[in-house]
Amino acid sequence: MAQTATADSNAGKREIKRVTIILSVLTLVELALGFSMIGMEESFLRHFIKGAIVILMLAKAFYITAYFMHLGHELKNMIMTIVVPLGLFIWFIIAFLADGSSYRNLRNNYDKSYHERTTQPANQGATPGKHDVKDVKPKTGAPEGGSSVGH
Amino acid sequence: MSTTVAKGTKWWSGGHSPFNVEYGKLMMWYFLMSDAFTFGAFLISYGTIRFSANSWPDPNEVYQSFPFLGNGLPLLFVSLMTFILIISSVTMVLAVHAGHRGDKRGVVINLIWTILGGLAFLGCQAWEWTHLYHEGAWWGSNPFPNADGSTGHHDFTNFFFTITGFHGFHVFSGVIINIVMLIMTLNGVFERRGHYLMIEKAGLYWHFVDLVWVFVFTCFYLI
Repeated sequence: MAQTATADSNAGKREIKRVTIILSVLTLVELALGFSMIGMEESFLRHFIKGAIVILMLAKAFYITAYFMHLGHELKNMIMTIVVPLGLFIWFIIAFLADGSSYRNLRNNYDKSYHERTTQPANQGATPGKHDVKDVKPKTGAPEGGSSVGH
Repeated sequence: MSTTVAKGTKWWSGGHSPFNVEYGKLMMWYFLMSDAFTFGAFLISYGTIRFSANSWPDPNEVYQSFPFLGNGLPLLFVSLMTFILIISSVTMVLAVHAGHRGDKRGVVINLIWTILGGLAFLGCQAWEWTHLYHEGAWWGSNPFPNADGSTGHHDFTNFFFTITGFHGFHVFSGVIINIVMLIMTLNGVFERRGHYLMIEKAGLYWHFVDLVWVFVFTCFYLI
């Protein structure tokens, strides 16, 4: 009895070590991809790297829940009561991101001044619109403004 | 509390907990699931606003400072924070593991490491917030221009401070929970009870905090 307990404990320790290494490696790969994107122009490659980072993120989430949170070792019925509701996220993410991008297109098409205002370089903006609140803010006062620039 | 059960057990005909887990642990799972939706709603609204904006600040221009090393170091500080949280998650697993064996000393040592990791993470976050505040960033004020040079919108800072703040609040409560667990362990409460299942539940919460950081880290700092 005591022997099986130590054997279990050793197997558990090995699993912890393995998952720790996997998580660290995945994080390092993510960071390497992040560094590779610095200064890169908007392009297909950049979007591809972002996609790869998201997949690595999901892999990390899987390892944390399945092994650290031990969900992989629970009964299948119980796993399903947690994982199936999370499937809502598939709809949630697709619907809302599509909504955001549709809103951008509508605004750019039907509100040309918005499009101009939000795409021209900051210093050439003659009249700050309501979207440039921090420009309107006076230098003094506004205690939460953090007006001291430079550190 | 062993999870090995004879094959062919009729789970739903009475005499067993159908999911073979303790009530408190199951409820912790459902709480975490609801919390996942809260964080998910925050992050998805961030995504919606970002998709609706013509341009967005470049994280590598915004988060590029490290204490004592100065500026121009993108991703470095947040990597440190990420590794602190991963390591504290590992020590938490080790504490849960020691609890399974009834090894009080192991639980105490690993809980202390976990608490220290949590405090280190909170310290990092406090430094980063202070630094950004001194650069002029706060709720309602965004000094950082967009990647294409246009004026940045304060949606950017609002989401950053709200979401990392909400996550930081979870880390803070996790540290408090772990301190309570440490005190209870030292007082021998779990020894008298005969099991360390409470540590397991606290562990679930702590791992969830790490899990959320994986998403926050990716959404704000990487992409």
